[in-house]
Amino acid sequence: MADNNNSAVIDDIKPINKVTFKQRMLSYKRKPLSFVMLLLVALAALISAAALVFIIVYVLVRGIPNLTPELFALTYNSDNVSCMPSIINTVVLTLLTLVIAVPFGIGAAIYLAEYAKKGNKLVKLIRTMAETLAGIPSIVYGLFGMLFFVYALGWGYSLLAGAFTLAIMVLPTIMRTTEEALLTVPDSYREGSFGLGAGKLRTIIRIILPSAMPGILAGIILSVGRIVGETAALIYTYGSATGYATGFLNSGRSLAVHMYVLTNEGLHTDQAWGTAVVLLVLVFAINTLSAFIAKKLGNKKG
Amino acid sequence: MRLKSFRERAMQGVFFLTALASIAAVAVICIFLFINGIPAMAEIGVFDFIGGQKWAPSNVPASYGIFNMIVASVYVTAGAIVIGVPIGILTAVYLARFCPKPLYKVLKPATELLAGIPSIVYGFFGLMVIVPFIRDNFGGNGSSWLAASIVLGIMILPTIIGVSESALRAVPESYYEGALALGATKERSVFKTILPASKSGVLAAVVLGIGRALGETMAVVLIAGNQVQIPSKLTDGLRTLTANIVLEMGYSTGLHRQALIATGVVLFIFILLITLSMQAIKSRSEKHG
Repeated sequence: MADNNNSAVIDDIKPINKVTFKQRMLSYKRKPLSFVMLLLVALAALISAAALVFIIVYVLVRGIPNLTPELFALTYNSDNVSCMPSIINTVVLTLLTLVIAVPFGIGAAIYLAEYAKKGNKLVKLIRTMAETLAGIPSIVYGLFGMLFFVYALGWGYSLLAGAFTLAIMVLPTIMRTTEEALLTVPDSYREGSFGLGAGKLRTIIRIILPSAMPGILAGIILSVGRIVGETAALIYTYGSATGYATGFLNSGRSLAVHMYVLTNEGLHTDQAWGTAVVLLVLVFAINTLSAFIAKKLGNKKG
Repeated sequence: MRLKSFRERAMQGVFFLTALASIAAVAVICIFLFINGIPAMAEIGVFDFIGGQKWAPSNVPASYGIFNMIVASVYVTAGAIVIGVPIGILTAVYLARFCPKPLYKVLKPATELLAGIPSIVYGFFGLMVIVPFIRDNFGGNGSSWLAASIVLGIMILPTIIGVSESALRAVPESYYEGALALGATKERSVFKTILPASKSGVLAAVVLGIGRALGETMAVVLIAGNQVQIPSKLTDGLRTLTANIVLEMGYSTGLHRQALIATGVVLFIFILLITLSMQAIKSRSEKHG
Protein backbone atom coordinates (compact mmCIF):
# COMPACT_ATOMS: atom_id res chain seq x y z
CA MET A 1 0.00 0.00 0.00
CA ALA A 2 2.74 2.39 1.00
CA ASP A 3 4.65 1.41 -2.11
CA ASN A 4 1.72 2.37 -4.32
CA ASN A 5 1.49 5.79 -2.77
CA ASN A 6 5.16 6.39 -3.27
CA SER A 7 5.11 5.50 -6.93
CA ALA A 8 2.14 7.79 -7.52
CA VAL A 9 4.07 10.66 -5.99
CA ILE A 10 7.13 9.88 -8.08
CA ASP A 11 5.04 9.91 -11.24
CA ASP A 12 3.94 13.44 -10.51
CA ILE A 13 7.46 14.74 -10.16
CA LYS A 14 8.79 16.29 -13.34
CA PRO A 15 12.43 15.45 -13.93
CA ILE A 16 14.61 18.55 -13.81
CA ASN A 17 17.72 16.81 -15.10
CA LYS A 18 16.17 16.13 -18.52
CA VAL A 19 16.69 18.74 -21.20
CA THR A 20 13.93 19.00 -23.75
CA PHE A 21 14.65 19.46 -27.42
CA LYS A 22 13.35 23.02 -27.27
CA GLN A 23 15.58 23.91 -24.32
CA ARG A 24 18.57 22.47 -26.09
CA MET A 25 17.89 24.48 -29.24
CA LEU A 26 17.57 27.59 -27.11
CA SER A 27 20.90 26.96 -25.46
CA TYR A 28 22.51 26.40 -28.87
CA LYS A 29 21.09 29.73 -30.00
CA ARG A 30 22.79 31.38 -27.06
CA LYS A 31 25.99 29.41 -27.59
CA PRO A 32 26.42 28.95 -31.35
CA LEU A 33 29.98 27.65 -30.95
CA SER A 34 28.67 24.62 -29.08
CA PHE A 35 26.37 23.90 -31.97
CA VAL A 36 29.28 24.16 -34.41
CA MET A 37 31.26 21.71 -32.30
CA LEU A 38 28.34 19.30 -32.27
CA LEU A 39 28.13 19.50 -36.05
CA LEU A 40 31.89 18.99 -36.42
CA VAL A 41 31.88 15.93 -34.19
CA ALA A 42 28.95 14.39 -36.02
CA LEU A 43 30.53 15.23 -39.38
CA ALA A 44 33.79 13.53 -38.39
CA ALA A 45 31.94 10.38 -37.38
CA LEU A 46 30.03 10.51 -40.64
CA ILE A 47 33.27 10.81 -42.65
CA SER A 48 34.80 7.85 -40.81
CA ALA A 49 31.76 5.69 -41.47
CA ALA A 50 31.45 6.90 -45.05
CA ALA A 51 35.10 6.04 -45.77
CA LEU A 52 34.51 2.46 -44.68
CA VAL A 53 31.21 2.06 -46.51
CA PHE A 54 32.60 3.64 -49.67
CA ILE A 55 35.67 1.39 -49.78
CA ILE A 56 33.74 -1.79 -49.07
CA VAL A 57 30.83 -1.08 -51.42
CA TYR A 58 33.17 0.03 -54.20
CA VAL A 59 35.32 -3.08 -53.92
CA LEU A 60 32.27 -5.33 -53.78
CA VAL A 61 30.52 -3.67 -56.72
CA ARG A 62 33.59 -3.78 -58.92
CA GLY A 63 34.78 -7.15 -57.69
CA ILE A 64 31.77 -9.43 -57.43
CA PRO A 65 31.08 -9.50 -61.20
CA ASN A 66 34.66 -10.68 -61.62
CA LEU A 67 34.29 -13.68 -59.36
CA THR A 68 34.37 -16.09 -62.28
CA PRO A 69 34.98 -19.85 -62.04
CA GLU A 70 38.30 -19.32 -63.85
CA LEU A 71 39.48 -17.16 -60.95
CA PHE A 72 39.19 -20.25 -58.76
CA ALA A 73 40.64 -22.74 -61.23
CA LEU A 74 42.78 -25.36 -59.56
CA THR A 75 45.93 -24.49 -61.45
CA TYR A 76 47.34 -21.07 -62.06
CA ASN A 77 48.30 -19.85 -65.49
CA SER A 78 48.96 -16.37 -66.77
CA ASP A 79 45.55 -16.26 -68.47
CA ASN A 80 43.24 -17.18 -65.63
CA VAL A 81 45.51 -15.78 -62.85
CA SER A 82 43.67 -18.15 -60.54
CA CYS A 83 43.85 -17.26 -56.87
CA MET A 84 43.22 -20.84 -55.78
CA PRO A 85 46.87 -21.81 -55.20
CA SER A 86 47.43 -18.62 -53.24
CA ILE A 87 44.37 -19.29 -51.08
CA ILE A 88 45.66 -22.77 -50.23
CA ASN A 89 49.14 -21.37 -49.66
CA THR A 90 47.68 -18.76 -47.30
CA VAL A 91 45.86 -21.44 -45.30
CA VAL A 92 49.01 -23.55 -44.98
CA LEU A 93 51.09 -20.50 -44.09
CA THR A 94 48.56 -19.44 -41.46
CA LEU A 95 48.51 -22.89 -39.84
CA LEU A 96 52.29 -23.15 -39.73
CA THR A 97 52.64 -19.61 -38.36
CA LEU A 98 50.18 -20.41 -35.58
CA VAL A 99 51.95 -23.69 -34.76
CA ILE A 100 55.11 -21.65 -34.20
CA ALA A 101 53.68 -18.54 -32.55
CA VAL A 102 50.87 -19.84 -30.35
CA PRO A 103 52.95 -21.98 -27.93
CA PHE A 104 55.39 -19.11 -27.44
CA GLY A 105 52.66 -16.52 -27.11
CA ILE A 106 50.59 -18.50 -24.62
CA GLY A 107 53.63 -19.68 -22.67
CA ALA A 108 54.92 -16.14 -22.33
CA ALA A 109 51.49 -14.87 -21.29
CA ILE A 110 51.20 -17.63 -18.65
CA TYR A 111 54.57 -16.64 -17.28
CA LEU A 112 53.67 -12.95 -17.17
CA ALA A 113 50.21 -13.45 -15.68
CA GLU A 114 50.73 -16.40 -13.33
CA TYR A 115 54.38 -16.65 -12.34
CA ALA A 116 56.03 -13.26 -12.67
CA LYS A 117 56.30 -11.11 -9.59
CA LYS A 118 55.03 -7.57 -9.90
CA GLY A 119 57.70 -4.93 -10.40
CA ASN A 120 60.27 -7.45 -11.60
CA LYS A 121 62.81 -5.71 -13.88
CA LEU A 122 62.93 -8.64 -16.29
CA VAL A 123 59.15 -8.69 -16.61
CA LYS A 124 59.22 -5.01 -17.41
CA LEU A 125 61.84 -5.67 -20.07
CA ILE A 126 59.74 -8.46 -21.58
CA ARG A 127 56.74 -6.16 -21.80
CA THR A 128 58.80 -3.36 -23.33
CA MET A 129 60.21 -5.73 -25.93
CA ALA A 130 56.75 -7.07 -26.78
CA GLU A 131 55.56 -3.49 -27.29
CA THR A 132 58.61 -2.78 -29.44
CA LEU A 133 57.82 -5.82 -31.57
CA ALA A 134 54.24 -4.64 -31.96
CA GLY A 135 55.46 -1.30 -33.32
CA ILE A 136 57.86 -2.64 -35.94
CA PRO A 137 56.48 -2.13 -39.47
CA SER A 138 55.89 -5.25 -41.53
CA ILE A 139 58.46 -4.24 -44.15
CA VAL A 140 61.16 -4.33 -41.46
CA TYR A 141 59.98 -7.81 -40.50
CA GLY A 142 60.23 -8.74 -44.15
CA LEU A 143 63.74 -7.35 -44.36
CA PHE A 144 64.80 -9.18 -41.23
CA GLY A 145 63.15 -12.42 -42.37
CA MET A 146 65.01 -12.18 -45.65
CA LEU A 147 68.36 -11.54 -43.97
CA PHE A 148 67.97 -14.15 -41.24
CA PHE A 149 65.78 -17.00 -42.47
CA VAL A 150 66.25 -16.73 -46.22
CA TYR A 151 69.98 -15.98 -46.38
CA ALA A 152 71.67 -16.59 -42.99
CA LEU A 153 69.88 -19.89 -42.39
CA GLY A 154 69.83 -20.66 -46.10
CA TRP A 155 66.15 -21.54 -46.34
CA GLY A 156 65.63 -19.49 -49.48
CA TYR A 157 62.21 -18.01 -50.28
CA SER A 158 60.16 -20.62 -48.51
CA LEU A 159 57.08 -21.51 -46.50
CA LEU A 160 59.27 -21.94 -43.44
CA ALA A 161 60.92 -18.51 -43.79
CA GLY A 162 57.53 -16.84 -44.29
CA ALA A 163 55.93 -18.62 -41.35
CA PHE A 164 58.77 -17.83 -38.94
CA THR A 165 58.80 -14.17 -39.99
CA LEU A 166 55.06 -13.85 -39.46
CA ALA A 167 55.25 -15.81 -36.20
CA ILE A 168 57.52 -13.12 -34.73
CA MET A 169 55.17 -10.48 -36.10
CA VAL A 170 52.00 -11.86 -34.46
CA LEU A 171 53.73 -12.94 -31.23
CA PRO A 172 53.00 -9.68 -29.35
CA THR A 173 49.30 -9.82 -30.35
CA ILE A 174 48.91 -13.36 -29.04
CA MET A 175 50.88 -12.54 -25.89
CA ARG A 176 48.82 -9.47 -25.09
CA THR A 177 45.37 -10.94 -25.73
CA THR A 178 46.21 -14.15 -23.87
CA GLU A 179 47.55 -12.27 -20.87
CA GLU A 180 44.42 -10.12 -20.77
CA ALA A 181 42.28 -13.25 -20.93
CA LEU A 182 44.25 -14.91 -18.12
CA LEU A 183 43.93 -11.82 -15.93
CA THR A 184 40.13 -11.85 -16.26
CA VAL A 185 39.95 -15.30 -14.66
CA PRO A 186 38.80 -14.61 -11.06
CA ASP A 187 41.31 -15.37 -8.32
CA SER A 188 38.70 -17.51 -6.57
CA TYR A 189 39.17 -20.13 -9.30
CA ARG A 190 42.86 -20.33 -8.46
CA GLU A 191 42.25 -20.38 -4.73
CA GLY A 192 39.57 -23.06 -5.09
CA SER A 193 41.91 -25.22 -7.12
CA PHE A 194 44.81 -24.76 -4.69
CA GLY A 195 42.43 -25.44 -1.82
CA LEU A 196 41.55 -28.80 -3.33
CA GLY A 197 45.22 -29.67 -3.35
CA ALA A 198 46.07 -29.09 -7.00
CA GLY A 199 49.52 -27.77 -7.81
CA LYS A 200 50.17 -24.57 -9.73
CA LEU A 201 50.77 -26.30 -13.06
CA ARG A 202 47.62 -28.39 -12.74
CA THR A 203 45.62 -25.30 -11.80
CA ILE A 204 46.88 -23.46 -14.86
CA ILE A 205 46.23 -26.30 -17.27
CA ARG A 206 42.95 -27.62 -15.89
CA ILE A 207 41.31 -24.49 -14.50
CA ILE A 208 42.75 -21.24 -15.77
CA LEU A 209 43.44 -22.02 -19.42
CA PRO A 210 39.97 -23.49 -20.07
CA SER A 211 38.27 -20.49 -18.45
CA ALA A 212 40.37 -18.08 -20.47
CA MET A 213 39.99 -20.03 -23.70
CA PRO A 214 37.49 -17.74 -25.49
CA GLY A 215 39.76 -14.72 -24.95
CA ILE A 216 42.81 -16.64 -26.11
CA LEU A 217 40.96 -17.87 -29.19
CA ALA A 218 39.77 -14.38 -30.05
CA GLY A 219 43.38 -13.21 -29.96
CA ILE A 220 44.57 -16.07 -32.14
CA ILE A 221 41.86 -15.43 -34.71
CA LEU A 222 42.80 -11.74 -34.71
CA SER A 223 46.36 -12.79 -35.58
CA VAL A 224 44.99 -14.96 -38.38
CA GLY A 225 43.41 -11.82 -39.82
CA ARG A 226 46.78 -10.11 -39.78
CA ILE A 227 48.53 -13.07 -41.38
CA VAL A 228 45.99 -13.28 -44.18
CA GLY A 229 46.21 -9.55 -44.92
CA GLU A 230 49.99 -9.34 -44.73
CA THR A 231 52.02 -8.50 -47.81
CA ALA A 232 55.20 -6.57 -47.11
CA ALA A 233 56.64 -9.14 -44.70
CA LEU A 234 56.04 -11.98 -47.15
CA ILE A 235 57.28 -10.77 -50.55
CA TYR A 236 60.93 -11.38 -49.69
CA THR A 237 60.45 -14.34 -47.35
CA TYR A 238 57.68 -16.55 -48.73
CA GLY A 239 58.38 -15.27 -52.22
CA SER A 240 55.87 -15.11 -55.03
CA ALA A 241 56.01 -18.46 -56.85
CA THR A 242 52.67 -19.12 -58.52
CA GLY A 243 52.12 -22.79 -57.70
CA TYR A 244 51.25 -24.65 -54.53
CA ALA A 245 53.99 -24.66 -51.90
CA THR A 246 54.12 -28.39 -51.22
CA GLY A 247 57.18 -28.54 -48.98
CA PHE A 248 58.55 -26.51 -46.09
CA LEU A 249 61.29 -25.11 -48.28
CA ASN A 250 59.06 -24.34 -51.26
CA SER A 251 58.17 -20.82 -52.21
CA GLY A 252 54.59 -19.79 -52.74
CA ARG A 253 52.55 -16.61 -52.77
CA SER A 254 49.90 -15.82 -50.23
CA LEU A 255 46.63 -14.28 -51.38
CA ALA A 256 47.69 -10.75 -50.40
CA VAL A 257 51.02 -11.09 -52.23
CA HIS A 258 49.13 -12.48 -55.23
CA MET A 259 46.96 -9.41 -55.20
CA TYR A 260 50.03 -7.16 -55.02
CA VAL A 261 51.62 -8.88 -58.00
CA LEU A 262 48.40 -8.58 -60.02
CA THR A 263 48.11 -4.90 -59.16
CA ASN A 264 51.74 -4.22 -59.92
CA GLU A 265 51.62 -5.93 -63.32
CA GLY A 266 48.50 -3.97 -64.14
CA LEU A 267 47.43 -6.51 -66.78
CA HIS A 268 44.61 -8.20 -64.90
CA THR A 269 42.71 -5.39 -63.24
CA ASP A 270 39.37 -7.24 -63.34
CA GLN A 271 40.85 -10.28 -61.68
CA ALA A 272 42.55 -8.02 -59.13
CA TRP A 273 39.13 -6.61 -58.17
CA GLY A 274 37.84 -10.16 -57.77
CA THR A 275 40.83 -11.11 -55.66
CA ALA A 276 40.27 -7.99 -53.53
CA VAL A 277 36.73 -9.22 -52.77
CA VAL A 278 38.02 -12.65 -51.77
CA LEU A 279 40.64 -11.08 -49.51
CA LEU A 280 38.22 -8.62 -47.96
CA VAL A 281 35.54 -11.22 -47.29
CA LEU A 282 38.09 -13.59 -45.79
CA VAL A 283 39.57 -10.97 -43.46
CA PHE A 284 36.16 -9.68 -42.39
CA ALA A 285 34.87 -13.17 -41.70
CA ILE A 286 37.93 -13.85 -39.55
CA ASN A 287 37.61 -10.58 -37.64
CA THR A 288 33.88 -11.05 -37.08
CA LEU A 289 34.51 -14.53 -35.74
CA SER A 290 37.10 -13.11 -33.35
CA ALA A 291 34.75 -10.36 -32.15
CA PHE A 292 31.94 -12.90 -31.75
CA ILE A 293 34.04 -15.18 -29.57
CA ALA A 294 35.34 -12.28 -27.51
CA LYS A 295 31.78 -11.02 -27.02
CA LYS A 296 30.62 -14.44 -25.89
CA LEU A 297 33.30 -14.32 -23.24
CA GLY A 298 32.12 -10.87 -22.15
CA ASN A 299 28.51 -12.04 -21.87
CA LYS A 300 29.45 -15.08 -19.87
CA LYS A 301 31.30 -12.97 -17.37
CA GLY A 302 28.67 -10.26 -17.09
CA MET B 1 55.98 -36.18 -4.75
CA ARG B 2 59.45 -35.26 -5.91
CA LEU B 3 58.50 -36.04 -9.47
CA LYS B 4 55.59 -33.66 -9.20
CA SER B 5 57.67 -30.81 -7.90
CA PHE B 6 60.19 -31.47 -10.63
CA ARG B 7 57.47 -31.18 -13.24
CA GLU B 8 56.23 -27.95 -11.66
CA ARG B 9 59.67 -26.41 -11.78
CA ALA B 10 60.40 -27.68 -15.26
CA MET B 11 57.22 -26.18 -16.67
CA GLN B 12 57.86 -22.91 -14.89
CA GLY B 13 61.22 -22.90 -16.63
CA VAL B 14 59.56 -23.59 -19.98
CA PHE B 15 57.09 -20.72 -19.53
CA PHE B 16 59.96 -18.48 -18.53
CA LEU B 17 61.89 -19.41 -21.66
CA THR B 18 58.91 -18.70 -23.93
CA ALA B 19 58.58 -15.32 -22.23
CA LEU B 20 62.16 -14.58 -23.20
CA ALA B 21 61.28 -15.14 -26.87
CA SER B 22 60.22 -11.55 -27.40
CA ILE B 23 63.51 -10.26 -25.98
CA ALA B 24 65.42 -12.67 -28.19
CA ALA B 25 63.39 -11.65 -31.22
CA VAL B 26 64.07 -7.94 -30.75
CA ALA B 27 67.74 -8.64 -30.11
CA VAL B 28 68.15 -10.81 -33.23
CA ILE B 29 66.25 -8.30 -35.38
CA CYS B 30 68.46 -5.45 -34.17
CA ILE B 31 71.65 -7.43 -34.60
CA PHE B 32 70.86 -8.65 -38.10
CA LEU B 33 69.65 -5.32 -39.40
CA PHE B 34 72.59 -3.42 -37.97
CA ILE B 35 75.23 -5.97 -39.00
CA ASN B 36 73.96 -5.88 -42.55
CA GLY B 37 73.18 -2.19 -42.73
CA ILE B 38 76.02 -0.43 -40.91
CA PRO B 39 78.86 -1.54 -43.25
CA ALA B 40 76.99 -0.09 -46.22
CA MET B 41 76.52 3.19 -44.39
CA ALA B 42 80.22 3.20 -43.58
CA GLU B 43 81.18 2.45 -47.16
CA ILE B 44 78.89 5.09 -48.66
CA GLY B 45 79.67 7.51 -45.86
CA VAL B 46 77.07 8.22 -43.21
CA PHE B 47 76.66 11.82 -44.31
CA ASP B 48 76.47 10.97 -48.02
CA PHE B 49 73.94 8.27 -47.26
CA ILE B 50 71.60 10.20 -44.99
CA GLY B 51 72.23 13.68 -46.39
CA GLY B 52 72.71 12.76 -50.06
CA GLN B 53 70.00 13.91 -52.45
CA LYS B 54 70.88 11.57 -55.29
CA TRP B 55 69.77 7.95 -55.41
CA ALA B 56 71.17 6.35 -58.55
CA PRO B 57 72.24 2.76 -57.87
CA SER B 58 72.81 1.96 -61.54
CA ASN B 59 75.00 4.97 -62.30
CA VAL B 60 78.76 4.61 -62.52
CA PRO B 61 79.82 5.56 -59.93
CA ALA B 62 76.57 4.83 -58.13
CA SER B 63 75.19 7.26 -55.59
CA TYR B 64 73.13 6.23 -52.61
CA GLY B 65 71.58 9.23 -50.91
CA ILE B 66 68.29 8.73 -49.08
CA PHE B 67 67.70 12.29 -47.89
CA ASN B 68 64.80 12.80 -50.30
CA MET B 69 63.14 9.62 -49.11
CA ILE B 70 63.49 10.57 -45.46
CA VAL B 71 61.84 13.89 -46.27
CA ALA B 72 59.18 12.08 -48.33
CA SER B 73 58.39 9.73 -45.43
CA VAL B 74 58.04 12.71 -43.12
CA TYR B 75 55.84 14.56 -45.65
CA VAL B 76 53.54 11.60 -46.22
CA THR B 77 53.24 10.99 -42.48
CA ALA B 78 52.48 14.65 -41.90
CA GLY B 79 49.81 14.54 -44.60
CA ALA B 80 48.24 11.47 -43.05
CA ILE B 81 48.24 13.16 -39.64
CA VAL B 82 46.63 16.34 -41.01
CA ILE B 83 43.82 14.26 -42.48
CA GLY B 84 43.53 11.43 -39.97
CA VAL B 85 44.03 13.09 -36.59
CA PRO B 86 41.24 15.71 -36.57
CA ILE B 87 38.71 13.28 -38.05
CA GLY B 88 39.89 10.49 -35.76
CA ILE B 89 39.79 12.48 -32.53
CA LEU B 90 36.43 14.07 -33.31
CA THR B 91 35.02 10.66 -34.21
CA ALA B 92 36.33 9.32 -30.90
CA VAL B 93 34.61 12.21 -29.10
CA TYR B 94 31.40 11.41 -30.92
CA LEU B 95 31.63 7.72 -30.06
CA ALA B 96 32.48 8.34 -26.41
CA ARG B 97 30.09 11.18 -25.68
CA PHE B 98 27.45 11.87 -28.30
CA CYS B 99 26.61 8.61 -30.00
CA PRO B 100 23.17 7.10 -29.27
CA LYS B 101 23.50 3.51 -28.07
CA PRO B 102 21.90 1.76 -31.07
CA LEU B 103 24.11 3.73 -33.48
CA TYR B 104 27.18 2.97 -31.34
CA LYS B 105 26.60 -0.73 -31.80
CA VAL B 106 26.99 -0.23 -35.55
CA LEU B 107 29.59 2.53 -35.64
CA LYS B 108 32.08 1.00 -33.22
CA PRO B 109 32.47 -2.31 -35.08
CA ALA B 110 32.63 -0.30 -38.31
CA THR B 111 35.71 1.59 -37.13
CA GLU B 112 37.25 -1.71 -36.10
CA LEU B 113 36.46 -3.15 -39.51
CA LEU B 114 38.44 -0.29 -41.04
CA ALA B 115 41.50 -1.66 -39.21
CA GLY B 116 40.90 -5.10 -40.67
CA ILE B 117 41.13 -4.08 -44.32
CA PRO B 118 44.51 -5.34 -45.59
CA SER B 119 46.91 -2.61 -46.67
CA ILE B 120 47.16 -4.06 -50.16
CA VAL B 121 43.40 -3.53 -50.58
CA TYR B 122 43.79 0.07 -49.42
CA GLY B 123 46.56 0.49 -51.96
CA PHE B 124 44.57 -1.08 -54.76
CA PHE B 125 41.53 1.03 -53.91
CA GLY B 126 43.71 4.14 -53.84
CA LEU B 127 45.24 3.27 -57.19
CA MET B 128 41.88 2.61 -58.84
CA VAL B 129 39.77 5.35 -57.27
CA ILE B 130 41.74 8.11 -55.57
CA VAL B 131 44.63 8.36 -58.03
CA PRO B 132 42.35 8.84 -61.08
CA PHE B 133 40.25 11.30 -59.08
CA ILE B 134 43.30 13.43 -58.30
CA ARG B 135 44.56 13.16 -61.89
CA ASP B 136 41.23 14.41 -63.24
CA ASN B 137 40.60 17.15 -60.70
CA PHE B 138 43.96 18.45 -59.54
CA GLY B 139 46.27 17.62 -62.45
CA GLY B 140 49.54 15.72 -62.39
CA ASN B 141 49.49 12.00 -62.98
CA GLY B 142 47.55 11.30 -59.81
CA SER B 143 50.08 9.13 -58.00
CA SER B 144 51.11 11.71 -55.51
CA TRP B 145 51.80 12.99 -52.04
CA LEU B 146 48.11 13.90 -51.79
CA ALA B 147 46.90 10.42 -52.76
CA ALA B 148 49.21 8.75 -50.26
CA SER B 149 48.19 11.20 -47.53
CA ILE B 150 44.48 10.57 -48.06
CA VAL B 151 44.80 6.79 -48.05
CA LEU B 152 47.16 6.77 -45.06
CA GLY B 153 44.87 9.23 -43.27
CA ILE B 154 42.05 6.71 -43.61
CA MET B 155 44.33 3.84 -42.63
CA ILE B 156 45.37 5.44 -39.33
CA LEU B 157 41.77 6.36 -38.42
CA PRO B 158 40.98 3.14 -36.52
CA THR B 159 44.16 3.45 -34.44
CA ILE B 160 43.45 7.06 -33.54
CA ILE B 161 39.75 6.44 -32.87
CA GLY B 162 40.32 3.34 -30.75
CA VAL B 163 43.09 4.71 -28.53
CA SER B 164 41.51 8.17 -28.15
CA GLU B 165 38.11 6.74 -27.32
CA SER B 166 39.42 4.61 -24.49
CA ALA B 167 41.38 7.61 -23.20
CA LEU B 168 38.23 9.76 -23.29
CA ARG B 169 36.25 7.07 -21.49
CA ALA B 170 38.87 6.82 -18.75
CA VAL B 171 38.23 10.41 -17.63
CA PRO B 172 36.17 10.43 -14.41
CA GLU B 173 32.53 11.28 -15.03
CA SER B 174 32.66 13.89 -12.24
CA TYR B 175 34.73 16.20 -14.48
CA TYR B 176 31.94 16.29 -17.01
CA GLU B 177 29.19 16.59 -14.42
CA GLY B 178 31.04 19.40 -12.68
CA ALA B 179 31.25 21.38 -15.90
CA LEU B 180 27.58 20.78 -16.65
CA ALA B 181 26.62 21.87 -13.15
CA LEU B 182 28.50 25.11 -13.67
CA GLY B 183 26.23 25.80 -16.60
CA ALA B 184 28.44 24.81 -19.52
CA THR B 185 26.76 23.25 -22.54
CA LYS B 186 27.38 19.59 -23.20
CA GLU B 187 29.81 20.37 -26.02
CA ARG B 188 31.72 22.87 -23.92
CA SER B 189 31.95 20.39 -21.05
CA VAL B 190 33.32 17.73 -23.35
CA PHE B 191 35.84 19.92 -25.14
CA LYS B 192 36.96 21.94 -22.13
CA THR B 193 37.13 19.26 -19.45
CA ILE B 194 37.14 15.74 -20.87
CA LEU B 195 39.35 16.30 -23.89
CA PRO B 196 42.07 18.20 -21.96
CA ALA B 197 41.97 15.60 -19.17
CA SER B 198 42.59 12.80 -21.66
CA LYS B 199 45.33 14.58 -23.57
CA SER B 200 48.12 12.11 -22.83
CA GLY B 201 45.99 9.26 -24.14
CA VAL B 202 45.08 11.24 -27.23
CA LEU B 203 48.74 12.11 -27.73
CA ALA B 204 49.57 8.41 -27.50
CA ALA B 205 46.98 7.79 -30.21
CA VAL B 206 48.62 10.35 -32.47
CA VAL B 207 52.10 8.93 -31.89
CA LEU B 208 50.82 5.44 -32.63
CA GLY B 209 49.24 6.80 -35.80
CA ILE B 210 52.57 8.36 -36.81
CA GLY B 211 54.24 4.99 -36.37
CA ARG B 212 51.62 3.30 -38.54
CA ALA B 213 51.85 5.90 -41.29
CA LEU B 214 55.65 5.90 -41.30
CA GLY B 215 55.87 2.13 -41.55
CA GLU B 216 53.13 1.58 -44.10
CA THR B 217 54.48 0.10 -47.28
CA MET B 218 52.13 -1.66 -49.65
CA ALA B 219 49.54 1.07 -49.91
CA VAL B 220 52.13 3.81 -50.37
CA VAL B 221 54.17 2.00 -52.99
CA LEU B 222 51.12 1.71 -55.25
CA ILE B 223 49.89 5.29 -55.04
CA ALA B 224 52.73 7.66 -54.20
CA GLY B 225 54.40 7.67 -57.62
CA ASN B 226 57.81 6.63 -56.22
CA GLN B 227 59.89 9.38 -57.83
CA VAL B 228 62.96 10.13 -55.72
CA GLN B 229 62.35 13.81 -55.11
CA ILE B 230 61.19 16.32 -52.57
CA PRO B 231 57.70 17.24 -53.76
CA SER B 232 57.07 20.92 -54.30
CA LYS B 233 53.30 20.58 -54.45
CA LEU B 234 50.66 18.15 -53.24
CA THR B 235 50.20 16.56 -56.64
CA ASP B 236 53.89 15.66 -57.01
CA GLY B 237 54.98 12.08 -56.55
CA LEU B 238 57.44 10.95 -53.92
CA ARG B 239 59.17 7.81 -52.70
CA THR B 240 59.18 6.86 -49.04
CA LEU B 241 61.83 4.82 -47.22
CA THR B 242 59.49 1.83 -47.10
CA ALA B 243 58.67 2.03 -50.81
CA ASN B 244 62.37 2.16 -51.68
CA ILE B 245 62.96 -1.18 -49.96
CA VAL B 246 60.05 -2.99 -51.60
CA LEU B 247 60.70 -1.57 -55.05
CA GLU B 248 64.36 -2.44 -55.41
CA MET B 249 65.06 -5.33 -53.05
CA GLY B 250 63.96 -7.87 -55.64
CA TYR B 251 66.75 -7.24 -58.14
CA SER B 252 69.44 -5.53 -56.07
CA THR B 253 72.88 -6.98 -55.45
CA GLY B 254 76.05 -6.04 -53.61
CA LEU B 255 76.31 -2.54 -52.22
CA HIS B 256 72.91 -1.61 -53.65
CA ARG B 257 71.28 -4.35 -51.60
CA GLN B 258 73.21 -3.32 -48.52
CA ALA B 259 72.13 0.27 -49.06
CA LEU B 260 68.50 -0.89 -49.11
CA ILE B 261 69.04 -2.74 -45.84
CA ALA B 262 70.59 0.43 -44.46
CA THR B 263 67.42 2.23 -45.57
CA GLY B 264 65.56 -0.29 -43.44
CA VAL B 265 67.89 0.47 -40.53
CA VAL B 266 67.09 4.19 -40.78
CA LEU B 267 63.36 3.37 -40.81
CA PHE B 268 63.85 1.01 -37.88
CA ILE B 269 65.59 3.72 -35.86
CA PHE B 270 62.74 6.13 -36.57
CA ILE B 271 60.23 3.51 -35.36
CA LEU B 272 62.31 2.76 -32.24
CA LEU B 273 62.31 6.48 -31.39
CA ILE B 274 58.53 6.53 -31.79
CA THR B 275 58.13 3.44 -29.60
CA LEU B 276 60.35 5.03 -26.96
CA SER B 277 58.38 8.28 -26.91
CA MET B 278 55.22 6.21 -26.77
CA GLN B 279 56.46 4.45 -23.65
CA ALA B 280 57.52 7.76 -22.15
CA ILE B 281 54.01 9.14 -22.66
CA LYS B 282 52.54 6.02 -21.13
CA SER B 283 54.70 5.98 -18.02
CA ARG B 284 54.11 9.70 -17.54
CA SER B 285 50.35 9.27 -17.67
CA GLU B 286 50.56 6.32 -15.30
CA LYS B 287 52.44 8.46 -12.80
CA HIS B 288 49.96 11.29 -13.01
CA GLY B 289 46.76 9.35 -13.27
